Amino acid sequence: MSIKEGSGPVSDVPMIELAHVKKAFGPVSVLKDISLRVPRGGVVALIGPSGSGKSTLLRCLNLLTIPESGFIRVGESTMDFTNGHKLPADRQLAAFRARTGMVFQNFNLFPHMSTIRNVMEGPVTVLKANPDAARETALGLLEKVGLKDKADVTPDKLSGGQKQRVAIARALAMKPQVMLFDEATSALDPELVGEVLAVVRQLAAEGMTMVLVTHEMAFAREVADSVVFMRDGVVVEEGPARQVIDTPRQPATRAFLSHFHSSGLQPVAANG
Amino acid sequence: MHYDWSFGFLLQYSRLIGVGTAYTIGFTILTAASGFVIGCVVAITSLSKVRFVSTPLVMLVEVFRCTPVLVQLVWIYYALPVLIGVELSPAVAAFIALSFYGGAFYSEIIRGGIVSIDVGQWDAGRALGMRRFDLMKRIVMPQALKQMIPPLVNQAVLQLKNTSLLSVLAVPDLLYQGQLITSATYRPLETYTMIAVIYFLILFPMTRAASVLEARLAR
Repeated sequence: MSIKEGSGPVSDVPMIELAHVKKAFGPVSVLKDISLRVPRGGVVALIGPSGSGKSTLLRCLNLLTIPESGFIRVGESTMDFTNGHKLPADRQLAAFRARTGMVFQNFNLFPHMSTIRNVMEGPVTVLKANPDAARETALGLLEKVGLKDKADVTPDKLSGGQKQRVAIARALAMKPQVMLFDEATSALDPELVGEVLAVVRQLAAEGMTMVLVTHEMAFAREVADSVVFMRDGVVVEEGPARQVIDTPRQPATRAFLSHFHSSGLQPVAANG
Repeated sequence: MHYDWSFGFLLQYSRLIGVGTAYTIGFTILTAASGFVIGCVVAITSLSKVRFVSTPLVMLVEVFRCTPVLVQLVWIYYALPVLIGVELSPAVAAFIALSFYGGAFYSEIIRGGIVSIDVGQWDAGRALGMRRFDLMKRIVMPQALKQMIPPLVNQAVLQLKNTSLLSVLAVPDLLYQGQLITSATYRPLETYTMIAVIYFLILFPMTRAASVLEARLAR
């Protein structure tokens, strides 16, 4: 993983760089000139009301959504969508995506494969890894997320939290430079959220560069280095996580966060 | 009305009947396979939204869906050679007609199977860096195929029945052999009864298997 390289002198070069990214779905402008930088090993939480464009922004980071214009760099891979550039070919898109890991709200595990096959799928099919070696790595990753004993069951036998941990292992198996989490805990029963957040917390501690779209404000405050608050396709406020969440400067951020103070945020704020 | 049923004479035609059965089953398997390939190509290109490829294909499919197979058989055998200047044997003409006719229906089944797969599956495969072909082969098709099997088997049953139309072009299928035997023996009652029974004996287990499979996949 990218952690070791990250501690060198190159760490001032951002791992993720996004400049002037724009995206519209038909007449609706979803991203209006977004620029963003994430340092190596940084953890950024994207927060904001639904429809603010945060998920679209996250999907632009691995080109699951292709922006109309702008520049995107993740690690050494760049994609330039400024005027005059044609759409990237399937091969280029695939190569770009292979270096980022993504975790989805609805897990999206492959139901026709066992847990371990899910984790092996990327390395074996995309990286043409040796299946035996891939199996070893996959077992290690399942152990890391605490599910080694579930290697041979199919996803329908797993709880939501277990599914999401397998999905994280599946993404990690590609040895990504960055991990993207799209509301990874939103579809989970409240009592299962913790086990997934624990894995994310561990990744943060290992120095993984991550971008999280989340509604878990307490978690964002605890794990993220910085928080980006979006509304209506623009970045309204960004800054150090604690500062943005505890003492937001913009009225819109304050209004948005006021919905959370009664729930999860307060207890953690008290501990912290 | 009194009629002396006697099936015994059919024994001496067992070779003809065997050949006819082989033609019927062989044509079904062959045209089901080629029809499936045609169906896959049409379904995938029509989903890929490459207009200049998909539009003509979709039109071709509609032509085959909205005209009777018998008309297609006759047209391809008698009219197509005039257009392209190449003589077609009855078997080749029959193969073309039945493949495309089957393909027209298979393509809809396959398209339906593919679009039934949750977009999240596509996202997950793409996020791993899979290219289109691998995504289809590894993620989408294995899941879609499960949904498609029952309607595909039903279509294969229809396909087998449609091979009886080959007799019109003098392809020696089961029905054609029946006609031969009838004209030699003047006993249509026994002959055609036996022909019908053979069709039933092939198709009944097939439809049973299809419904068992359907029940099992639905679980």
